[in-house]
Amino acid sequence: MASTRSRPLSPHLTIWRWGPHMVVSILHRATGIALSLAGLAILTWWLTALVDGTDAYATFTKVATSPIGLIVLIGLTWSFFQHLLSGIRHLVTDTGAAFEIGINRTLAILTIVGSVLLTVLMWAYLLGVAK
Amino acid sequence: MSLGDSATPLGKARGLGSAKHGGGHWLTERVTSIALLLLGTWLIASLLMLPKLDQRTVLEWLHAPSGALPMALFIIVGFKHALDGLKVVVDDYVHEPGNNFVANLILLFLAIGGGAIALFALARIAFGAVA
Repeated sequence: MASTRSRPLSPHLTIWRWGPHMVVSILHRATGIALSLAGLAILTWWLTALVDGTDAYATFTKVATSPIGLIVLIGLTWSFFQHLLSGIRHLVTDTGAAFEIGINRTLAILTIVGSVLLTVLMWAYLLGVAK
Repeated sequence: MSLGDSATPLGKARGLGSAKHGGGHWLTERVTSIALLLLGTWLIASLLMLPKLDQRTVLEWLHAPSGALPMALFIIVGFKHALDGLKVVVDDYVHEPGNNFVANLILLFLAIGGGAIALFALARIAFGAVA
């Protein structure tokens, strides 16, 4: 009956005051899931549409440039940059560096600022060129 | 588990020494992430540098080895990284061994199947007649 005896648990999500490091940690997982499922599915659709002929590519373009399509693509662009930047942060902390509260917090905030900035720059350029 | 066996998993493993393996998945995730840092930057830069994103322009870009080769690597490494990342998510939330096995099996088939579709489309573009 070992399973019924409750063993001590470490404090979980609800007990901590929210900070940038927690937001970035969860965003890393959420954006990773979005990129893996939606991102790779759209990449695959794009490649097959390219080779399947003019009609298939026209359908892809029509969906991709519709309001919902643009929201999804912009969201995935942001996911890509957020996952990339927080991934770099993970590689840094993997070496044992940047665990002090100050630098850890700064790097976490920088990943969000950077991902939003890169997304805005990229889409400002893309939508500007398209006009 | 026999009655009265109160040892925790950690207690049972203690003193047995290292299994000498088990870090492979973790390390592969890091190695593919560094590769994707390069390949992802290449992909975004390439998309931004294309004069237009119409079918002809994109097909010409991916028909040339300078476009097809990095794209093939991006597909292979991208699907592998997605598989490794989503496995962590599945293992975190799907605890029952049977469900866990099935979820990981579905994940594996999706990743290999999706990667194959994307690679095959790319191969048709790369080895086919110029658009």
